[in-house]
Amino acid sequence: MGGNFTWVMIGCALIGAGASAVGVFSFLRKQALVGDAVAHALLPGVVLAFMVTGQKDIWILFPGAFVAGWLGLLSIDFISKYSKIKSDTAIAIVLTVFFAVGIVLLTHVQQSNYGNQSGLEAFLFGKAAAMLPADITLFVVVDTALILLIVLTYRYLKLYSFDPDFAKAIGLPVKGIQFILSSLTVLAVASGIQAVGVVLMAALIITPAAAARFFTGRLSHMIILAMIIGIVSSMMGVYISSLAEGMPTGPWIVMVMSIIAIMAFIFAPGKGMLQRSIKRKAHQQKVRRENLLKLFYSLEEKNEEQFFSRPQLLRSRRFRGRELELLLNKLTGKGFLFREENRYGLTDHGRSEATRVVRLHRLWELYLNERMNIAPDHVHHDAEAIEHIITPELEHMLLKDLGYPELDPHSSEIPGIKDMKR
Amino acid sequence: MIAFEAHNLTVSYDKQPVLWDIDFEIPEGKLVGIIGPNGSGKTTLLKAAMGILETDSGYVKVFEKNPDMVRERMGYVPQRQSVDWDFPATVMDITLMGRYRKGRLFGRLSKSDKEIAADSLNRVGMYDYRNRQISELSGGQQQRVFIARSLAQQADVYLMDEPLVGIDAASEESILKILGEMRTAGKTVIMVHHDLHTALEFFDWVILLNTRLVAAGPKEEVLTEENLRTAYGGKLNVLSRIADLIKSKEYPIREKDMKE
Repeated sequence: MGGNFTWVMIGCALIGAGASAVGVFSFLRKQALVGDAVAHALLPGVVLAFMVTGQKDIWILFPGAFVAGWLGLLSIDFISKYSKIKSDTAIAIVLTVFFAVGIVLLTHVQQSNYGNQSGLEAFLFGKAAAMLPADITLFVVVDTALILLIVLTYRYLKLYSFDPDFAKAIGLPVKGIQFILSSLTVLAVASGIQAVGVVLMAALIITPAAAARFFTGRLSHMIILAMIIGIVSSMMGVYISSLAEGMPTGPWIVMVMSIIAIMAFIFAPGKGMLQRSIKRKAHQQKVRRENLLKLFYSLEEKNEEQFFSRPQLLRSRRFRGRELELLLNKLTGKGFLFREENRYGLTDHGRSEATRVVRLHRLWELYLNERMNIAPDHVHHDAEAIEHIITPELEHMLLKDLGYPELDPHSSEIPGIKDMKR
Repeated sequence: MIAFEAHNLTVSYDKQPVLWDIDFEIPEGKLVGIIGPNGSGKTTLLKAAMGILETDSGYVKVFEKNPDMVRERMGYVPQRQSVDWDFPATVMDITLMGRYRKGRLFGRLSKSDKEIAADSLNRVGMYDYRNRQISELSGGQQQRVFIARSLAQQADVYLMDEPLVGIDAASEESILKILGEMRTAGKTVIMVHHDLHTALEFFDWVILLNTRLVAAGPKEEVLTEENLRTAYGGKLNVLSRIADLIKSKEYPIREKDMKE
C-alpha cells in the first residue's frame, strides 16, 4: 500500500464520519433498517454502471450507486403508501429484491467477457486497499459536502426528527427536509461501498449512533461522538485488514465498531448495564441490611431481651447460606450492631436506623389503607418494598398528609413520631 | 373579526372519511373546546386545520386568509404522546423550536428568540428545568414544555390537542392559568378536550363533533341535552357504513378540483 496508505486512511475516516453523522438521524427516526435496504439496493446500480460503460472508475460507478439507492428508497415509500404492505415488510422486500438483482448481474459479468471485470466483488465486503487516489478524492468531496450540509441544516433536521407535525404546522418545507435527509442517507451509504461494501454498510450508519446515545443527552454531542466512533473504527478496520493479503475491510470495521458499541452498552456511566446492575445490587444489599435491623427491632418488641443468637434470628426469618453471617459482620462493622459473646444487639445508631425503617413501613401501610382504601391485611407486602425507597422528603410529606399518626392499620405503634414533629 | 373558519371540510384517514362537511366560524378572542366521543375526529380536525393532514375537500381560513399566509399567527400544541420523549434534547431546545421560522437561513436564532423562549418557560413554571433532558420530565412537565413552545410562537390563534389529559394537578393549574392569561390578552384558543363535565366551566364556545358537526357556538347554546344525545348517543349507522364502504371500494370521495 505504501504512500497511498495515509490517503486511504483519511478517506476512510471521512467515510466513517459522514455515515455516522447521518446515521444519528436514521437512529433517532427509528429508520435503522432503511439504511440497510439502501445499501443493498446500491449493488445493481454499481454493476449496471459497469456493464454500460465497461469501466471500473468509481466516478462512473458512484452515480450508478446513487441512482439505485434512491430508487430503493422510493420503492419503499411507494410500496408502503400505495399497497396494504406495512413499511417493515416493504423494507425487507426492497432489500432482498435489489440485492438479488445485483448478485445476478454480478455473476453474469463475472462469467462473460467484460474484460477487466475482476475486483467488482470487492463492493460486497469492501476493499479499502484497492482504492485509488482518484477514488478517495471523490469520497472526500462527497463526505465533506455531506457533513457541511448537516451543519447548515442542523436545526431543521433536529426539529423534523423530533416532531415532524410541528415542523409542518409552522410552515417549514417538510418535503425539502425529507429530501435532504434521504439524499444524505443515500450519499453516505454510497460513499462507503468501496471501503465497507454494501452488505455491512448499514452498521456504519447505525452502530456509532446507538453507542453514542449511551453517553449523552444532547443531539450535537451525540453527532460528534458518533463521528468519532465512526472515524476510529474505520481507521482501525482499514489498518487491521491491511495486515494480511486480500482481507476484506468491511468486516473488520464492523468488528471494531461493534466492540466499541458493546463496551458502551456495558460500561457507559448511568445507562450502561454494568452500572445499572451495580445499582441494583447495592439496593438489594441495602434492603437486606434494613430487613435485618427491622428483625432486631421486632424481636425486641416481642421479647424483652436485647441480645439474640444466630439460631434465634434464623428461626424468625429465612436467610440463604452464609447471608446472615455476612450481614451480621457488615452491620457490626458499620456500627449498627454489637456483639456480646455469641449474641448480637442493636447499638443506639442501629436502633434509630431500625426505627426509621419500621416507621416508614407502618406509615406506608397506613397511607395505603387510608388514602387508597386497601384493606389492612393487604398492605404489608407492598410496604415491604416501599419502605426501602422512601426519601426523607417523601417521609415528611407522608407525615404531614397523614397528620403525624401514632398507630398503623394493625394498631401497632408507629415509632419515633414525636421526634419527627420537631 | 373571524379568527378561524372551516368550510365543507372533509378529511379521510387511511382512505376512510373521518370528518364530513365540517362548517363553522369562530370569532376572535374565544376559548373554544372541541368535544366529542372517541373516534369522532377531534384530532383529525385539528391536524387538518394546521395543514398537517390533507383534506379531501373544503378549506380553512385563519383571520380570513389562507393559513399558509398567516403561519406565524398560528400556534400548535400536538398530543403529548405524538413524539418520542427519549429524543436527546433539553427543555430549552424544545422551547426554542417555537421560534423557528420559514425562510430564515439555516434556522438561525437571535438573542431575542432565546429571551422569548426563556420567558415562555417562566410562564409555565419550567424555567428552572431549562437544561434538563426531556426524557427526565414527568408527563405534566412534558405538557408544560409543549405549551411553552407554543407560547414562544407568539401567535394569535392557538390549536391544542388535549393539553389537559393525563397530567398532575400542578401542571393542570399552570396550564389553566396560561389559558386565562391568553383569554385576557385576546388570543383565540381552540382545544381538543376529552371531559364533558369540565368543558362547561372552561370554555366560552364549544364545537360538538361526531365525525360530522353536531353543533358549534356559545357553550350554553351547544351543550343542550338534545345535542349531547346526538353526539354521544351511539354511532350514526348509515354514515359509518358508508365510510366503511368507501374504504373497501376506494371510491374517491370528491373530485380533486372541487378543493377550493
